[in-house]
Amino acid sequence: MEPITVFSSRTVLLPRADIDTDQIIPARFLTTTSREGLGNALFADWRYDSDGESNAEFVLNQPESAGAEVLVAGRNFGCGSSREHAPWALADYGFRAVISTEIADIFRSNSLKNGLLPIVVSAAFHEQLLSVPCGVEVNLETRTVRVTDGPHAEASEAFEIDDFSRYCLMRGTDQLGFLLDRVPAISAFETQRSDPTPQ
Amino acid sequence: MSQTLFEKVWASHVVVPETADTPTVLYIDLHLIHEVTSPQAFTVLRERGLTVRRVDRTLATMDHSTPTTPVRKLADIDVVGPSAAAQIRQMQKNCAEFGIPLRGFDSDERGIVHIIGPELGATQPGKTIVCGDSHTSTHGAFGALAFGIGTTEVGHVLATQCLLQRRPKTMAVEVSGALPEGVTAKDLILAIIGQTGVDGGTGHVIEYRGDAVRALDMAGRMTVCNMSIEAGARAGMMAPDDTTFEYLAGRKLAPQGTEFEAAVSRWRGLVTDAGATFDKTVHIDASTLSPMVTFGTNPGMVVGIDAPLPAAPGDGSWDRALEYMQLEAGKPIAGTPVDVVFVGSCTNARLPDLEATARVLEGRRVAEGVRMLVVPGSQAVKAEAEARGLHRIFEAAGAEWRESGCSMCLGMNGDTVAAGKLAVSTSNRNFEGRQGVGARTVLASPATAAASAVAGRIADARQLAH
Ligand code: SF4
Repeated sequence: MEPITVFSSRTVLLPRADIDTDQIIPARFLTTTSREGLGNALFADWRYDSDGESNAEFVLNQPESAGAEVLVAGRNFGCGSSREHAPWALADYGFRAVISTEIADIFRSNSLKNGLLPIVVSAAFHEQLLSVPCGVEVNLETRTVRVTDGPHAEASEAFEIDDFSRYCLMRGTDQLGFLLDRVPAISAFETQRSDPTPQ
Repeated sequence: MSQTLFEKVWASHVVVPETADTPTVLYIDLHLIHEVTSPQAFTVLRERGLTVRRVDRTLATMDHSTPTTPVRKLADIDVVGPSAAAQIRQMQKNCAEFGIPLRGFDSDERGIVHIIGPELGATQPGKTIVCGDSHTSTHGAFGALAFGIGTTEVGHVLATQCLLQRRPKTMAVEVSGALPEGVTAKDLILAIIGQTGVDGGTGHVIEYRGDAVRALDMAGRMTVCNMSIEAGARAGMMAPDDTTFEYLAGRKLAPQGTEFEAAVSRWRGLVTDAGATFDKTVHIDASTLSPMVTFGTNPGMVVGIDAPLPAAPGDGSWDRALEYMQLEAGKPIAGTPVDVVFVGSCTNARLPDLEATARVLEGRRVAEGVRMLVVPGSQAVKAEAEARGLHRIFEAAGAEWRESGCSMCLGMNGDTVAAGKLAVSTSNRNFEGRQGVGARTVLASPATAAASAVAGRIADARQLAH
């Protein structure tokens, strides 16, 4: 996982609200046993037509979207299933941040574990971001997003992220190590309570 | 201090409390795993040389990418295609290697993960239950705190039996009155989602309360809690009561004999105390509801079957959904021609759901040109249904009767709806392409689904001639 501190990128805009995980990556791509290479399946039903040809109208297929690392999406992005394949696909494609006014709980939690920064912004700032693709600087150190060019240049906003997730993202470390360090406390917890086990 | 049901269950599972810098370490009593969201987690265990901490708290089955045609030998699974078959084989390998008992193809206890947990009695009041699947909320019907997690977290629970969590907020859904005759738990939850919207519960754990909730049987309660995630909530809970305890009594993995009595007296304390408060409350009057169906491409776009589609909001936000569904604002949805009917999924594939379906189909035929699939939620449900002769009613009506699995709920196991076809489905998601590329999904109760199969059009079961 690549650490995130400060990075700049163009934005890609997907203004639709309620983009669900079945759109981010359709179920037929979930039969994999690996987490690699899922970028090809990202938004598959929008990116490709029924013959598998690239759909020139879809924003990711337009030349100005190439290399963009920040996706600005409509309200309630990532609703639906718990499939971590959704952030895997976004991260594998090259996205490092998703910005919306609201991001679904499980998707948000999964993103934070995969070097994909979920950023919730105000409706007013969101509207500016959705008006036209632009350059943005994402700064996890100061927890801010700043527009660097275009009609809203220098507009910026602070976003919230809990300290622990921020710490992990900035170091590119995962959270399993933290839990493994708590094993003595877990063992103590298990011995002091007695309840029936499932099987 | 007065506590909500959620707060009681949460507090009794805190291993290390949260601080400003770090989340809570929360203990997990029961971890359900299946073939789709676990392989990458086992890979991490292998890479790090870790073992599964509590195989006795891990319940494994196969449901999502499994075929619902009979599997008599292992090669039969190849019908689902090479990568799904490889995933199924990998699940067998992972469970064998890490010592986890697997309820696989040779087991009478196999089925959809959220159906077998309760059926086996593993789902119990006051437990914390997780699974790499968002419909884990189903188990909240027993007064458990149950929620879906991602694959990284599946790895965390396998390795440590714990999760790192921030405490969610609480939301009460107060359902007053009684459901009218012919209106079911599925209609109730669809109406609730229609009211809260698909993000109304984001960041919250819902507690369903009130007379209409108390009056539901366990199957109905599970149907309601199942779709909490469709309202954006990670978990939905209901206080356990005599209905819950009667359901659990004698189940294989539930406490037995005097231990059961002792458990029941503990479980009776799992109620929200008088004076406890919720961060948010919504009210709904059950007595005003009709059978509900969805008309759009998210589960919040809901309408009574006897009402016209609402007028579209002026902002164009419905345009794409209605175009995809080939439906028109302001027009009634009843009477829309149907191609496929699916009764199944973790929302509506328990025995009472199949009985409701059979009541409508008995002595009737599925309309010419309509394909109907009835897929039991588990092999145990299948056996019970067959013991009661329900399969004969389905087959006589011209419906297909299958092995258990997720089937047409999501297009990854060979059961799909073709592009442009309209399916009335008892499952939980009507997202674009959920049941197959280009498939149009109308979510409904088993009774509405069966009535629509008979009529060949979306139909109100209350209006079928007796
Ligand atoms: S039946 Fe559908 S919603 Fe339920 S677990 Fe299976 S795929 Fe998920």
